[in-house]
Amino acid sequence: MTTPSGHAQPAALITRPMLLTVALLASTPLWLKGVGLYQYLALEIMIWMLFALGHNLLLGYAGLPSFGHGAYFGVGAYALGLLQQRADAGLLMSVLGAVAAAALVGAAVAAFISHRRGIYYALLTIAFGQVFWFIAIKWHTVTGGEDGLLKIQRPPLSLFGVNTPLASNQALFYFALVLFALVLVLLWRLVHSPFGRVLHAIKQNEVRAAFIGHNVWLYKWAAFVISAAVAGLAGGLFALAQQSAYPNVMSLHNSGFVVMMVLIGGGLVSFWGPVLGALIFILTRDLLGAYTETWLLWYGLVFMAMVLYQPDGVAGAWQAWRARRQQPQVGPASAAPVPATKA
Amino acid sequence: MALFEATNLHKRFGDQIVLQGISLSFEEGRLSGIMGPNGAGKTTCFNVLTGRYRPDRGQVRLAGEDITGLSPRRIARKGLSRSFQTMNLFDDERAIDNVLFALPSVRARAWSMWRDLGRDSAAHDEAAALLARVGLAGKEHTPSRRLSYGERRALEIGVALAAQPRLLFLDEPTAGLGAEGTARLFELVSELRRQVTIVIIEHDMRFLFGLADRISVIHWGQVIAEGSPDALRANPWVQRSNLGAMPA
Repeated sequence: MTTPSGHAQPAALITRPMLLTVALLASTPLWLKGVGLYQYLALEIMIWMLFALGHNLLLGYAGLPSFGHGAYFGVGAYALGLLQQRADAGLLMSVLGAVAAAALVGAAVAAFISHRRGIYYALLTIAFGQVFWFIAIKWHTVTGGEDGLLKIQRPPLSLFGVNTPLASNQALFYFALVLFALVLVLLWRLVHSPFGRVLHAIKQNEVRAAFIGHNVWLYKWAAFVISAAVAGLAGGLFALAQQSAYPNVMSLHNSGFVVMMVLIGGGLVSFWGPVLGALIFILTRDLLGAYTETWLLWYGLVFMAMVLYQPDGVAGAWQAWRARRQQPQVGPASAAPVPATKA
Repeated sequence: MALFEATNLHKRFGDQIVLQGISLSFEEGRLSGIMGPNGAGKTTCFNVLTGRYRPDRGQVRLAGEDITGLSPRRIARKGLSRSFQTMNLFDDERAIDNVLFALPSVRARAWSMWRDLGRDSAAHDEAAALLARVGLAGKEHTPSRRLSYGERRALEIGVALAAQPRLLFLDEPTAGLGAEGTARLFELVSELRRQVTIVIIEHDMRFLFGLADRISVIHWGQVIAEGSPDALRANPWVQRSNLGAMPA
């Protein structure tokens, strides 16, 4: 990655890991059954990858710990269901509505918390997360209470006069994959854009960022809104996948899961951390869960070990291994810890 | 009219009065110094002047415009830039990125979420030139946390300079530097003063007396003496005050 002094280090629009990830996901219908898994699992993993990628914009890039992100995932899920059942919205409108609803709710919450950081920020996100979870449970007439919204349909995709049915898991999977690839590219561009780079600088030093003329509050607010919007998209897709929306998706549990995914995968040091983390988390849940109901206990232990001994997650371990391999050939500067803005 | 004028600044923290009626003015094109013993209120004064704290009373004007109580961001955008005594850098970023983020050309596009900052070679050239100006040529790609102490001090100034200020405030730039580092910094500031109006808070008397056109002495939250270095050396008030060894 070394370039001549002073020269820019461009990031490609489409990178190899990006192509590999999308190709791997796209090929799952060919081999997933062969290894004893099922298509719905790939769909769910991809939805969590989306959720985790959005969450990592906050945690990894802006350094803002949100422990209540399940709320925006849930708002997306409910919004999709309500738009479909109460407003008769089609597929694309309801998915867009899910994104918009989560972004709006996120914008309102972010307005209250963006002057904070660290533990106060984290506590406020939990508090707001609980508020929405509570609303989901108590507002029976709209949310269906503890039962949630049932019988959410998977309407066909109508595009350019062509109707594509999405009822099967495989069809819905490909629909979600297109959106996933789109978000992947958008987020990748975002973190390399002036906005993303300054956001990462704000993570390191808010005071300095303000003194060189950046509107720190607005950056933090915008990062939250974008992150909530991605969570809303993931939540909307989840409602389609589950064909229901229920309070549990908003719970503190779900909010915690996405943090665990991001950290285990290595979101603090890599763009790809959340993708790895979601894969590992859901696979562990399914594979370990088949053997024991206490899978979360074992997962929790691994999580603790990880935080203690490998806080940079899987991606961090990979980077360290690569740096060790490269060290003999290049100067010491290249062995520096790779900041999160790099691959 | 002075480029920067502060009148009758008051600041208290709880029941501790830190600034009581400080008035300062800095002329365009000059290098002004602020000195005073530890705890005299120098740094608080600096923080009030640069917008980090809001004064309880008094007014701050930049080029005739009232900037009292404006946020640091707004003040920075009006052309006032500062360095920090305790270094305030973007530690994970390379030296060049630290400078890059402060460039007005980058700041103007900072809401772009699509174009790749890494491809902006004009901005990178500008940043590299700036690093060269503060003596950091060849260190562009070193993460700032890996720079030596003296290099980080220089980068501190580079970041402040990158904002292309009309007025540059340097907060104890020699803090922690050895004799050699201080000498190098002296050269750097001698060079910079030709291009930008500078205000320095400094502990190191030799450094300040060698550079400043005019010095204000702050003690007990007040300006107790003001004048050229020569005039100050002769000032009995200053000689009597315990300001450390006064260079001959």
